[in-house]
Amino acid sequence: MRLRAVDVKLGYGDRVIVDGLDLGIEAGTVTTIIGPNGCGKSTLLRALGRLLKPSGGEVLLDGKRIDRMPTREVAKILGVLPQAPTAPEGLTVADLVARGRHPHQTWYRQWSSGDESAVNEALSMTGLLDLGERPLDELSGGQRQRAWISMALAQGTDLLLLDEPTTFLDLAHQIEVLELVRRLHSELGRTVVMVLHDLNLAARYTDHLVAMRGGEVVAAGPPGDVLTEGLLAEVFDLAAKVIEDPVTGTPLVVPVGPLPPPARRD
Amino acid sequence: MSASAATARPRAPGRAGTVHSRRLLVLAGLFAILAVAVMLSVMVGAKPVPPGDVWHALTAQTGTENDIVVRSLRIPRTAVGVMAGVALGVAGALMQGHTRNPLADPGLLGVTQGAAFAMVFGIMALGVTSLYGYIWFGMAGALVASAGVFALGMAGGRGGPTPVTLALAGTAVSAFLYALTSALVLMDQRAMDVFRFWQAGSIAGRDGEVVWQVLPFVAVGLLLALFNAPGLNALSLGEDVARALGQNITLTRSVGVAAITLLGGASVAACGSLSFLGLMVPHLTRPLSGPDHRWLLPYSGLAGAAALLLADVVGRVVARPGELEVGVVLALLGAPFFVALVRRRKPVRL
Repeated sequence: MRLRAVDVKLGYGDRVIVDGLDLGIEAGTVTTIIGPNGCGKSTLLRALGRLLKPSGGEVLLDGKRIDRMPTREVAKILGVLPQAPTAPEGLTVADLVARGRHPHQTWYRQWSSGDESAVNEALSMTGLLDLGERPLDELSGGQRQRAWISMALAQGTDLLLLDEPTTFLDLAHQIEVLELVRRLHSELGRTVVMVLHDLNLAARYTDHLVAMRGGEVVAAGPPGDVLTEGLLAEVFDLAAKVIEDPVTGTPLVVPVGPLPPPARRD
Repeated sequence: MSASAATARPRAPGRAGTVHSRRLLVLAGLFAILAVAVMLSVMVGAKPVPPGDVWHALTAQTGTENDIVVRSLRIPRTAVGVMAGVALGVAGALMQGHTRNPLADPGLLGVTQGAAFAMVFGIMALGVTSLYGYIWFGMAGALVASAGVFALGMAGGRGGPTPVTLALAGTAVSAFLYALTSALVLMDQRAMDVFRFWQAGSIAGRDGEVVWQVLPFVAVGLLLALFNAPGLNALSLGEDVARALGQNITLTRSVGVAAITLLGGASVAACGSLSFLGLMVPHLTRPLSGPDHRWLLPYSGLAGAAALLLADVVGRVVARPGELEVGVVLALLGAPFFVALVRRRKPVRL
């Protein structure tokens, strides 16, 4: 197991969001965390990526406590792309992607041929090689998101955590980003953990689905086992039909309507 | 800071060389402008000294009047101007980078008011009379005020101070110290006289002693700034991304604040309040460097020194036979220039 959360307690200040959660990420899989707004899925992802320190429990990377490893060493194994990141104005795509090499650089050796090839590889993987000199703020939303993913790719890590990588993107661009994730997994053998809102896309592009509510894991497993009508009611308070996706055979959620919260159901 | 010249990074194949050489060209251009400013600063004044006499004073002085003017007045004054200008330019760029706020200047950390209060206190309570004495007090005041702002900015927050808590703490501490300083100078005529000249900002009448007093602080500050540049580049992508890239945020902020304190404190102690220079210069250099602090910091240092010396030269010629303080000239010329700059190209989001 590459990445593990053991009995973690997470929150901001006095507000506890997750209390006593366990989760394991297997090598070479794509794991997607789903759940309603505020259920703690982004908080959990931040903790897995050591952006948030648990107030209880521990996060283990390859069996070692992540908070006791030098952060630069972690950055060579684990890449994290937070939600809706911002860049200074005028930064070009190539400059942004080059900053992904940060953990491999020292103050006296800022750039090497290894950096150069990692950046070019990342740019070609995302199809941005021709846009390298363009300022980030001139790109479309989909291109910009691909540029940020390129930065995380240039970091050259086995593990990649993506927090809502498809937010603000139209459907075609969402597919584009998720196809890229699939290639990272199938061609490069990367381990990916992401947070997604679209359940049908999550079902398509995921090996392992984790459903959360109220800071707890309600169900975890292959999408076909997790995405059931009962679970949608339990996690999202949603009445829905689950049918077979005619293209991929994965579950396809067709919403019917909202349900009252569990306390008033029965 | 020429070491960062080696940090240029080739980009897309074919265009690699042009970007790098354009950046070096800008660096060379800024050096040339600074060289011209230095020459003017040594030659121009109440008693103009022709270039030949400057050369004479530097290489084979024989005690002529011009030799003395050049060696004991103009060169120390110019050296102080270069140091303060470099320090303020770099500190301004660091401050705006760390706060991601284009209106930030080094004074925001409390260094200006800290130095002012400590100097006035030294004059009144301890009877300090010499310029060197003021400078030590100014330096100490700047360091203590900045440390206080940093500690206040840390309080309550987890994982180090944020730009917002730093700015709030800096504003509060500055207002508090300014009130104390005002109360003190109203009670003491002699302190008032020193204070009003200090507040205008000047590099006149500084001799070689001042240069050696301030130099170590500026040197250490520049070294810290150099170390800080790559981390600041990571931080400019947001704290989460910087952390994901393996940057220690608290360490980066602490090194940055230490550099700003040393640079801002040294210049404010030696020359008084010139913090407008620290605000203005990064806006001049950012269009040349782009958002890469490894280039922005050296550009800002060179441009800061050139701007300060040129303003000082203007101050020497406009009010002959007297002089106008460089702080006054900087604000009088700089403000309209700054407004024009901001109107022409909208200020850059950091």
